[in-house]
Amino acid sequence: MTALTGIRVIELAREPAALSGKLLGDMGADVVLVEPPSGDPARHIPPFFEDQPGPDRSLWWWHHHTSKRGVCLNLDTAEGRDRFLALISEADMLIEAEPAGRLASLGLDHDELLRRRPELIHVSITPYGRTSANAQVPMTDLTLMAGAGPVWSCGYDDHSLPPVRPSDGQGYYTACHYAVMAALTALVHRLGTGEGQFIDVSMHQASNVTTEGGSYNWLVARETVLRKTGRHASSFPTSESQVRCRDGIWLCSGVPPRAPSEFRRLLEWVRECGLEERFPEAVFLEMGAQPETCPSIADIGIKDEAPAIFSAGRDALVLIAESMDAYDFFIGSQNRNIPSGIIYAPEEAFEDPHFRARGCQVEVEHPELGRSFRYAGAPYAMGASPWRISRRAPMLGEHDGEVFGG
Amino acid sequence: MKKGALSGIRICDFTGQLAGAGATKWLAAFGAEVIRIEDPVRKGSWDILRGMPPYKEGKSGLEMGGAFNNHNVGKLGITLNMKSERGRELLAEIIRQSDCVTENFAAGVLERWGFSYERMKAIKPDIIYATNCGFGYSGPYREYKTWGPIVQAVSGLTFASGLPDQPPAGWGFSYMDHTGAYYMAIAILLAIIHKKRTGEGQFVDLACTETALTLNGPAIMDWTVNGRPSRRPGEPNSNRSAYGRMAPHGIYPCKGDNEWVAIACRNDADWRRLSTLPGGPIDPAHAGNTLAERQADEDSLEATIAAWTAERGKYDVQAMLRAAGIPCSAVQKPEERADHDPDTSGLFPVVTHKAMGEVRVDGIPANFSATPWHMDAGAPFLGGDNEDVFGRLLGLSPAEVAKLHEEGVI
Repeated sequence: MTALTGIRVIELAREPAALSGKLLGDMGADVVLVEPPSGDPARHIPPFFEDQPGPDRSLWWWHHHTSKRGVCLNLDTAEGRDRFLALISEADMLIEAEPAGRLASLGLDHDELLRRRPELIHVSITPYGRTSANAQVPMTDLTLMAGAGPVWSCGYDDHSLPPVRPSDGQGYYTACHYAVMAALTALVHRLGTGEGQFIDVSMHQASNVTTEGGSYNWLVARETVLRKTGRHASSFPTSESQVRCRDGIWLCSGVPPRAPSEFRRLLEWVRECGLEERFPEAVFLEMGAQPETCPSIADIGIKDEAPAIFSAGRDALVLIAESMDAYDFFIGSQNRNIPSGIIYAPEEAFEDPHFRARGCQVEVEHPELGRSFRYAGAPYAMGASPWRISRRAPMLGEHDGEVFGG
Repeated sequence: MKKGALSGIRICDFTGQLAGAGATKWLAAFGAEVIRIEDPVRKGSWDILRGMPPYKEGKSGLEMGGAFNNHNVGKLGITLNMKSERGRELLAEIIRQSDCVTENFAAGVLERWGFSYERMKAIKPDIIYATNCGFGYSGPYREYKTWGPIVQAVSGLTFASGLPDQPPAGWGFSYMDHTGAYYMAIAILLAIIHKKRTGEGQFVDLACTETALTLNGPAIMDWTVNGRPSRRPGEPNSNRSAYGRMAPHGIYPCKGDNEWVAIACRNDADWRRLSTLPGGPIDPAHAGNTLAERQADEDSLEATIAAWTAERGKYDVQAMLRAAGIPCSAVQKPEERADHDPDTSGLFPVVTHKAMGEVRVDGIPANFSATPWHMDAGAPFLGGDNEDVFGRLLGLSPAEVAKLHEEGVI
């Protein structure tokens, strides 16, 4: 048995909520995905299997709906609502991202559901929360990330370029992470008391508290951070932190050395690469490597040589990067206890030997195609209650018979 | 106060920074007793954020770190010198009375102190031991060090954020410190549920880089199923919609310095609304254009919209497009969303910190009907709860606690 074996989750299919059901299903919950008879529009989100659109060919759908069974229900009919209430009467959780007001208009909102099923944990995910004056304002992942703070902090030193939405879909994910934390917290409470409850998650609020210094520099010090290329937004100037390697691949070189031991390790690496002759600034690395001459950040503007010593650290990293491929830089620096990270494309990370060794690739059977495909694996390794994809995403109405009987 | 959802659960907490501390912050907000353990010798510097800026009103000091306070509200603070025999004995006693031990050190630190999972299990058979470290406890990179930006780099998240012909823009903050903490909290809650249902504890090996990798699902599937890499000309362009799903879809300049607005047309209906907007950016003659037609020269389309938005205030554009039913949002600055946005009401509660006074912190973006969250007390002082915790849990008298302090044990 795994952590959520026997826990029945009803998920009303909507794009923003999809990850939450997957996180629960992959941990053993019995997730029943409820779609309208016409199918969830998210079945048409690209990319598609062999680039051919079709309701069972969306790779977005495949990824986000693993370990779920699928049924069709028309909630606009009395019969559909009865079947939904029958599902709820045996459910532990309902997760939904219906527009605010929709379930109430159907007589299926939390007050009614909890009256019938007091143990139910009903989690609602909406753009601005159920009670917002903006409850009907439309939202996409882009507009969510723009309004809630992440976009303000991301982009380039060149502020004539627009700020950047970092990656796709992460605003929805953040809401789902909160929805799952909330649902599991409520489940712990219920295991002790038998009491269910209603939880109202705001997507806008979820990303608002996922900006790190963007929020707290303002809340604490009334400072406004400004975006910078590939590194933390901040209200003061900071050193660049990305280097381009010989093969054109970028790498995050992190924070340049500050402590003598860090200068020492970098100087040794410069020497091992045979680059010292070409690098007159090595003398500054030597000064940094000596505790007597290594400056502190506070010495900038006080000791004349301090800026030269600090910038020599960054210059050495750039020089080494020009001499080798990004993967070799990454391994070489980490083996010298100089933290760095190669900037992998997602598929490159997926094929990396470390992640493969940890089991990041799992095979999922698609019996309808007579094939299996490699999927992204577990987000955590749990010894006693392992993560597992129990089945591929459901086809439209695939489990109607199984779930409803007859 | 009503009992919290997690009342009665005790966490023996070695976490720091945001990637670990963020997880136990959630647990504390729902009533778990989180006992945060710090090093008395190095004055809590296991957590690099302790005593670091931002500072309220410029006042610095070990207890004045703004980020540290933000991530540690509602926790208890004790000190333990793990180099001392007595310190390790005290830890064993705390573990014996805890449900879960949490940490986000480099792999193997607790084991080197003599607290492997096996040893903890011998002390408390159903203990949960949850770790969050960059590359995890197994695999060739397990010794490698990370922090947020490196996690984001090696997992594909940095690559996926940027504009064409530019270096990666990446993330201007440690998204994976937040999100690693969310997954750590999820894993701890799953382990608590498992323990309540079976009586069994477990070891949780969360590798933050691996967690991050799973957040690239569609790109990974496009690779494994279709053989198409994300590293290809023109990609990434993360202000556009992924896989050409929507257009227009971008972030445009507005009147003023560094003012921007995001606009997305989800479908033909949104496009029709935009192109028939009175005084809008698009010639209504194009209202019938299909997605493919809009994408045929998307750069020109974006330039047309940008020329229009540049003449207007971002909130004016937002109001005008929202009234027409088109997804649109000003790119909000911290002060705008924290101080002037009705939709963050209650989200940034004021906590009372013993040195900083009243400070606002990141709250929780959810309302619970039966078990609301609470954030009242600021982060603990270094060893600030020694007398309470060692007295209440271990039965030590104030004099004994004072002696431990004198001996350098706590």
